[in-house]
Amino acid sequence: MIMLEKRPQPSRGWTFATPVVAVLLTMFFGGLLFAALGQDPLVTIRTIFLDPLFSEFAWFYRPQLLIKGAPLVLIAIGLSFGFRAGIWNIGAEGQYIVGAICGAAVGLAFYPIESFIIFPLMIIAGALGGMAWAMIPGILRVRFGTNEILVSLMLVYVAEQLLASMALGALRNPDGMGFPGSRNLSQYDSAANLEIIAGSGMHWGVVTAFIAVILAYIALSRHIFGFNVRLSGQSPRAARFAGVNPGLLILVCMGISGALAGLAGLFEVAGPAGQISIDFNVGYGFTAIIVAFLGRLHPVGILLAGGLMALTYIGGEIAQSNLGLPIAAIQILQGMLLFFLLAVDVLTNYRITFGKGQKA
Amino acid sequence: MTEPLLRLSGLTKAYPGVVANQDVSFNIGRGEVHALLGENGAGKSTLVKTIYGLVKPDAGSMTLEGQPFQPPEPRAARAAGVAMVFQHFSLFDAMNVAENIALGMENPPPQAEIAARVRTVSDQYGLPLDPDRIVGELSAGERQRVEIIRCLLQDPKLLIMDEPTSVLTPQEVEILFKTLRQLSSEGTAILYISHKLEEIRALCDNATVLRLGQVVGECDPRKTSARDMAELMVGTTLHVPEKAEKPAGEVVLALEGLSAKAPHQFGTALHDITVEVRKGEVLGIGGVAGNGQDELVAALSGEMKTAKAMVGYKGEGIGHLPPNARRKIGLLAAPEERMGHAAAPDMSLTENAILTAMTREGLTSKGFLHWGKARSFAEGVIATFDVRTPGPQNAARSLSGGNLQKFVIGREIMQAPEVLVVNQPTWGVDASAAAAIRQALLDLAEKGAAVIVISQDLDELMEISDRFAALNEGRLSAPRPAKGLTVEEIGLMLGGAHDMEVAHVDA
Repeated sequence: MIMLEKRPQPSRGWTFATPVVAVLLTMFFGGLLFAALGQDPLVTIRTIFLDPLFSEFAWFYRPQLLIKGAPLVLIAIGLSFGFRAGIWNIGAEGQYIVGAICGAAVGLAFYPIESFIIFPLMIIAGALGGMAWAMIPGILRVRFGTNEILVSLMLVYVAEQLLASMALGALRNPDGMGFPGSRNLSQYDSAANLEIIAGSGMHWGVVTAFIAVILAYIALSRHIFGFNVRLSGQSPRAARFAGVNPGLLILVCMGISGALAGLAGLFEVAGPAGQISIDFNVGYGFTAIIVAFLGRLHPVGILLAGGLMALTYIGGEIAQSNLGLPIAAIQILQGMLLFFLLAVDVLTNYRITFGKGQKA
Repeated sequence: MTEPLLRLSGLTKAYPGVVANQDVSFNIGRGEVHALLGENGAGKSTLVKTIYGLVKPDAGSMTLEGQPFQPPEPRAARAAGVAMVFQHFSLFDAMNVAENIALGMENPPPQAEIAARVRTVSDQYGLPLDPDRIVGELSAGERQRVEIIRCLLQDPKLLIMDEPTSVLTPQEVEILFKTLRQLSSEGTAILYISHKLEEIRALCDNATVLRLGQVVGECDPRKTSARDMAELMVGTTLHVPEKAEKPAGEVVLALEGLSAKAPHQFGTALHDITVEVRKGEVLGIGGVAGNGQDELVAALSGEMKTAKAMVGYKGEGIGHLPPNARRKIGLLAAPEERMGHAAAPDMSLTENAILTAMTREGLTSKGFLHWGKARSFAEGVIATFDVRTPGPQNAARSLSGGNLQKFVIGREIMQAPEVLVVNQPTWGVDASAAAAIRQALLDLAEKGAAVIVISQDLDELMEISDRFAALNEGRLSAPRPAKGLTVEEIGLMLGGAHDMEVAHVDA
């Protein structure tokens, strides 16, 4: 008989080993899945996990890694504070959209004036927009005790409708001959989120993501705010006893995650995407939830997990075009990753014992 | 009677790093009330869990009525006639008594039948209990009756009771003992675990003493003094806290008509509590759990805010201040629940030191934590209060209850409070650790701090208090000097006599 026995304290070794084991298990079972689809599992795994980095076209894929990874890391860092404190903001996708709309609106309002002040103003507007959208579930929870999971999730769909209305209405390109979508911000120099080094994929969003990782690391390990966040997640009563104001903590955590999601949206709309369009959002806000947990809610872990998740996106696209794999197979692979992570995670706090416990 | 009811021989159980039971052997006869004594961590709970089928021994055997007895799970133990009342009740507040009892049954009969049986058993054993009442509204003593009746419905041959009196008033203890004596006279054996030696002397026929997992002695509690038994448990001579006589100082904390609504459905409202506490004095507040203790501590610690003037500290109204502002001016508190309230189980002891000490010990500057300072403060608490742990990096949950309690109380005392409020400071703590904690509280008062000790352990309160007050349904009685109070007077102050009916069966 296999039994789980609770460890007296969390295992340090397993804390670091679980993500690695989860990735290996995903590769193995993903390989089985691809074999069942009639593909060579080794080739497929190599295509997804290695080709983006080491194939002859890697010069094209490597910058993509930064472009796809940055919003994931930025959003996941914001979410990790709330998740640690037991505050479940599931609606980062909506905050990402609203941040992009607000930031783009500020930029478009100045068109065609050229000034160095425009891009910073857009950044502020993007952050505030995302934060405001996240404050709705935050304030409803604090004032009326509503469930922030449901409210934040439902606001994603509201944000999507808002996005469509903006792309067709207020923000539509007047010179666009009636096609939906705004002017292209990446062609408007003062508002463009350009690559800092051409061809590297390194735009301002990537820089912001790295800064967020560093600040989050300092906040969590050195600052009383991070301490209060961890304490509230582990023992809400002890947190109250320690003097933490639970309502304020909810608002701050929602605010941080909303602002970072909004920033990610702004950097995307001003750079890689270029314009507000009906299908602007591609699910970064939801994938970031996986990234946050895959990275153990730890800033450095999130950085690595964001890279890995971006890798599966790009590798998935390669596999789709070169091997003809359906996109659903890639999504299953990403789902497997989260599934195995949560399953293996049990080993951090429990040990497996075999037999009927005759020997201790 | 040649064959005892239950015979334990050579029971051994080891956990990684610790031997919980080593070669434990003793017998319990039919109708015998047998006490199991020992400090925390002596292996008492492992042993009873073995008998109840929750733990499998590594070696040794048991026989029940001469038959080999090795229950693989509690269900088998219950079927063989072993029942257990745990220290912590496993009842659902929102359901009524009969429903709670049905939940513990393999094949529950209809509600009406259970209710009828509950009434019969409660009449028979003098345990007044209405099967239709909601458990959340019952007192601790009544909740315990639910657990006992749940066991009695199984018609057990052996009833195991783990610390049954820790939550009862003296009158309720009297009722319980009457019931237990009646059960014993009808042939049911009782294995009784308690720290309270005087109770064991009053109730039990035999006692087995465990220390570090081994049987270190058996005695007849009726012929052995409490002090001798305690020394057998601890293995050394026992240090009894000393209280120095001193004149009372000036008033430092004054509660003025403190009232508050119940914070949640099963909480207790506080009604018009007025009391003054002076420097250098220990005020003992007795009362059965659930009469407003948690709420009073919350109102003093700042977790629950009240009108400004209701809590006066050195002449200033502070009822509106949050916890850390109160800590800053010298009002500290240690709540009852160690795990999850006074301490965060999954955090290290260093982090748990930061939890309350960051303001007074200067463990942060501009919001940034000083880990080195926090660590040395935690090390100081560990060393001064003899907390047994490899070091401050260990998680709070890895400590035994008594050790964590020493850490929690020590953490507050080391911050040199001017007023310290402690709730149940020695609950579930072994004799020597409890003596150390009480001594530390007395030393603190000696240095001029005012100490409020809230406890259900009346012996403890009588030992350390200068004045005694009782908390009953959120109301505090007028404090009286503790010296010279009799148990009967205390019982009346506690209001323990209300809805209390001493067994009307003459056993």
